[in-house]
Amino acid sequence: MKVTGKVWKFGDDVDTDQILPARYLNTSDPAELAQHCMEDADPGFAGKVAQSDIIVAGKYFGCGSSREHAPIAIKAAKVSCVIAKNFARIFYRNSFNTGLPILECDSTDRFNTGDTLTVDFQTGEITHHETGKTYSTRPIPPFMQELLDSGGLMKHIAKKIR
Amino acid sequence: MGMTLTEKILAAHCGLDRVRPGDLVNAKIDIALGNDITAPIAIDEFKKSGAKKVFDLERVVLVLDHFVPNKDIKSATQCKVVRDFAREQGIVHFFDSGEMGIEHALLPEKGLVLPGDLIIGADSHTCTYGALGAFSSGVGSTDLAAAMITGELWFKVPKTIKFIYKGKLNPWVGGKDLILHTIGDIGVDGALYMAMEFSGPVITALDMAGRLTMTNMAAEAGAKNGIIEPDAVTEAYVKARAKRKYNLLKADPDAQYAEVREYDVSGIEPQVAFPHLPENTRGISRVGDIPIDQVIIGSCTNGRIEDLTLAAKVIKGKKVHKNVRLIVIPATTAIYRAALDQGLFEIFLDAGAFISPPTCGPCLGGYMGILAKGERAVSTTNRNFVGRMGHTESEVYLANPAVAAASAVAGRISGPEAVM
Repeated sequence: MKVTGKVWKFGDDVDTDQILPARYLNTSDPAELAQHCMEDADPGFAGKVAQSDIIVAGKYFGCGSSREHAPIAIKAAKVSCVIAKNFARIFYRNSFNTGLPILECDSTDRFNTGDTLTVDFQTGEITHHETGKTYSTRPIPPFMQELLDSGGLMKHIAKKIR
Repeated sequence: MGMTLTEKILAAHCGLDRVRPGDLVNAKIDIALGNDITAPIAIDEFKKSGAKKVFDLERVVLVLDHFVPNKDIKSATQCKVVRDFAREQGIVHFFDSGEMGIEHALLPEKGLVLPGDLIIGADSHTCTYGALGAFSSGVGSTDLAAAMITGELWFKVPKTIKFIYKGKLNPWVGGKDLILHTIGDIGVDGALYMAMEFSGPVITALDMAGRLTMTNMAAEAGAKNGIIEPDAVTEAYVKARAKRKYNLLKADPDAQYAEVREYDVSGIEPQVAFPHLPENTRGISRVGDIPIDQVIIGSCTNGRIEDLTLAAKVIKGKKVHKNVRLIVIPATTAIYRAALDQGLFEIFLDAGAFISPPTCGPCLGGYMGILAKGERAVSTTNRNFVGRMGHTESEVYLANPAVAAASAVAGRISGPEAVM
């Protein structure tokens, strides 16, 4: 699976309160949550983000609350994947469980808002269009890719039962 | 080669003789917990899967605590989803109104979480129960759905960092200050994916409330779980409360730790975590002059009777500063009743405080004490990220109940000694 998208760059320690503020936790409807995606990190984000865009961040993305609403909002906002130096553990699990592709890359400092990246999930290779450079990351293991392809843990389980 | 306490509990729940850090294991769950924010998604996934019954009516615990009493129509609708599910299923441990409270204060109080247990909860502060010598970890709603159906969940066995606290505690310094100091030392991701084990003579002498405060904030250092070896204090706490058998497991003497960190607590004064990260700590003497607008005394971190008693001790006979709103939130019905019976409410009301029913409320910027742009709060809660308690341009300073109470009187961040 490959995606190409425009970068939206964030910093370190972006917590889930910023990704999906508590005042919107009175719903779990993905379409509604999408409208408030990243609102307290960048208030206009939901209005600016386009299909396949990529969120790029520093260390410890998704820290804080376990709210699954955070990766749900990001996916529903049509973001194709999140690339960060590393992720908080509950957010990491939640992303795979909800079918949001995520990747760990040490070199996210080199990418800026507006840049274009192509991400190959099978090989873990990221191509930075502005420089032509490629970056190797640890690819997502096949069984986790299946999870993502199915659209998340529960859909994956349902498929297997069928 | 021996196992750490975390490794032992995981091994016991997988039917394995031993596990090592890095192993991927499938473990049987003793308790699976959800609340009014996280359970609706889990219930939806549960129903979509075609599952009919939860794996065990006594091992799925549902607590409505974040937005209750219902804060608005949407929250009421979410709560109704959980209420209806609990009723349809026949969930034994469902808490809503009447006998209720903040989940991580309620479950230990009710004897629902015990030494040697393996607990998962769709709430990041599920790590709290590690204070009882259990393996307890936060997960998301989908993992909760999977656990509700199968009674099992997969885990990667974490490495353990052992923290040893030695020396003599200074006045007004307790569990909150020890954990803030620790997070200030290692950073918000300093224990990423690891087990934090708290030990040493200072911990042995700490009461259960102080221990629960410490393990509660293991999540704020990125940990998978926080844990304290059970001892006489643990046994005294659980004996009368336990509804089922428990296991006072201990680490092997030759257990391997990824790191061992020692702290001499005699150098630690009451801590304040400045905006906007729990790691941004400094001692009360280095706070400077910071006027405030609100104080919150409560939460799963510091809403227990011991915390309210400490706050009452500081505030007794004094008045809340005219520019400050003090909101006191006993964490459970039993604590609320105890505070009433012990005369604490009279002390708080005489001081000019507002007393709330048990709720998570303001901690996560839900309700019951939200901050406007430019406002500052001192809070006994566990997070102070941007916008955590309201406007993105508001500020939250984390502290222990004594510092919070003193600050409410002084109108600025203060230690107890400044107002007593």
